[in-house]
Amino acid sequence: MSVMKKLFASAALAATMFGGVASAEDMRIALVVKALGIGFFEAAAKGAEEAAAELGGVEIIYTGPTDTTAEGQIEVINALIAQRVDAIAISANDLDALVPALQKAMDRGITVISWDSGVATAGRQMHLNPSSNSLIGNMIIKLAADHLPDGGDVAVLSASATATNQNIWIDEMNKVAGNYAGINVVATVYGDDLADKSYREAQGLMARFPDLKAIIAPTTVGIVAAAQAVTDAGKIGEINVTGLALPSEMAGHIDSGASMSFAIWNPIDLGYAATMIAYNLAKGNDVAESGKTISMGRMGEVLLDDDRSGAMSDPFVYDASNVHDFKDIF
Amino acid sequence: MKRILLSREIMLAFAIVLLTGGIALRFPGFIAPNNIALVFNDTSILIILALGQMAVILTRCIDLSMASNLALSGMVVAMINAAFPGVPIPALIGLAIIVGTILGAVNGLLVWKLDIPPIVVTLGTLTIYRGLIFVISDGAWVNSHEMSAAFKALPRSVIAGLPVLSWVAIATIGLAFFAIRRLPLGRSLYAVGGDPHAAVYTGIDVGKTRFMAFSIAGGLSGLAGYLWVSRYAVSYVDIAGGFELSIIAACVIGGVSIAGGIGSVGGAVLGALFLGVINNALPVINVSPFWQMAISGTAIIVAVALNVRSERTKGRIILKRAEAAV
Repeated sequence: MSVMKKLFASAALAATMFGGVASAEDMRIALVVKALGIGFFEAAAKGAEEAAAELGGVEIIYTGPTDTTAEGQIEVINALIAQRVDAIAISANDLDALVPALQKAMDRGITVISWDSGVATAGRQMHLNPSSNSLIGNMIIKLAADHLPDGGDVAVLSASATATNQNIWIDEMNKVAGNYAGINVVATVYGDDLADKSYREAQGLMARFPDLKAIIAPTTVGIVAAAQAVTDAGKIGEINVTGLALPSEMAGHIDSGASMSFAIWNPIDLGYAATMIAYNLAKGNDVAESGKTISMGRMGEVLLDDDRSGAMSDPFVYDASNVHDFKDIF
Repeated sequence: MKRILLSREIMLAFAIVLLTGGIALRFPGFIAPNNIALVFNDTSILIILALGQMAVILTRCIDLSMASNLALSGMVVAMINAAFPGVPIPALIGLAIIVGTILGAVNGLLVWKLDIPPIVVTLGTLTIYRGLIFVISDGAWVNSHEMSAAFKALPRSVIAGLPVLSWVAIATIGLAFFAIRRLPLGRSLYAVGGDPHAAVYTGIDVGKTRFMAFSIAGGLSGLAGYLWVSRYAVSYVDIAGGFELSIIAACVIGGVSIAGGIGSVGGAVLGALFLGVINNALPVINVSPFWQMAISGTAIIVAVALNVRSERTKGRIILKRAEAAV
């Protein structure tokens, strides 16, 4: 298996080495991923191709190592430098290890950006985050509110009480909770990202708040356990479980109706936006400086902060209409 | 000695009733019959595992790998169910028990044949079994929609008012009662733990008895593995992470002596129920998550302190009787 993988990888590498020569006028943008063969990145490549088709005259080189190592990515970067691609958009396996190789690329005039998983500021011109804390905080309560036109009680099921990202998202959620009339956040409980504890906490919420209308779980273990607890309690239709999760994990609970919708980044949009940014920077249409914005085509514009990183968009909402298109991707 | 154990179990049962009453003062719905059934059902897996752990602890050993064994056996059957939905569920349950028994037997063999301290063996296999899950699953989850409906339905289908999950726990308790009281193996568990040297003189193979105890604990872990993944309808590398400590805590609270040779089926079951009541009560009585951990920990220390005291007085009484006899 791994021999086959390596054969494919070297074939892909060879193809990228020779493939570009034929159309020298095209702008060549390399989408470097953590490893080949991961559904999430295959989907991002699909988005990159979509951007290329929209822009015209752009060739996407989708590449990466066969396993998620920084060493593998450095080899790939060196090969891309040798081919003199115009831009590299990378989802990095290591924050610091790739910096020297990427600096070499920038010295040769190659546009370098990171997306999804970032590189230290010295190794890239800008970094594209899939979303931001405030956008996520707003989205998780919006998901609950969208299915509660008359308002109602909602509760939060988090991971552990000390999980930094969870706490930031919940804080951001509470800041904007006032914008959603009639939605009362009645409790925040902690399932510690353990299936059994999260399940019990969800049962506890249902017992404590008989009028509960939604459980918001911004953690994948929590949302799955809560959906199962609601199903087992026979409260499908009464209580909507929502939050952040992957389509593969939630497809069954969307089908059962325990969850109306949930959110997470859309890898297709992410690959699309990264390609658009790389194109605009390489063309000189935009510059990667703090406080400046860069155009991302249909995804709007990204505003760069002090670290020259920016957030793409609201998390993407998945529901019965699209979850099956994504459940095999990630 | 039997009298002391009995009174201890009654004390623990009394403590559980008192605890439940106290919780009911703050949240009356807790003592509704269907909620009591929910708590028992939620504690079923812990009861099954605590009984397995008791068999091991009775022989002066300890099994830290039970939760990893559970997770690995659960992952094996979940992956098979996802890949071949046609495989009948009883076959999968049988397979889970076999896989669990083999994993437990590995612990037992290492303790028996290589004479490595059980805490070291199972600390090693705890990590190895957890790592194996990653190897076979590649870190991927088996999700609800990939499992067949029958696979998920069994533990929650209701027979005579109780879910099958609860009935499995009740059956395990019954079997354990029978095995401990009536089977030679059940008696030798006590003999080996009470005094290994004396056990040898009575013709009991100490190593083999420990091997059997580990295999039983493994088989029950495998059974619990199927029950866990089907109950929560998800399987991934970290399921039941840290659960080994709850299992040991249930035994210790139930009066199973870590020094071996002392313990009863009723005690282990009550110990598990005590933890189950606390676990299910804390979410409804609205206690800060930081206090929740402290409360669970305090319960364990109080139980161990009581254990140590009861064992000490037992020793004194024997001496006094011996003195009186002289």
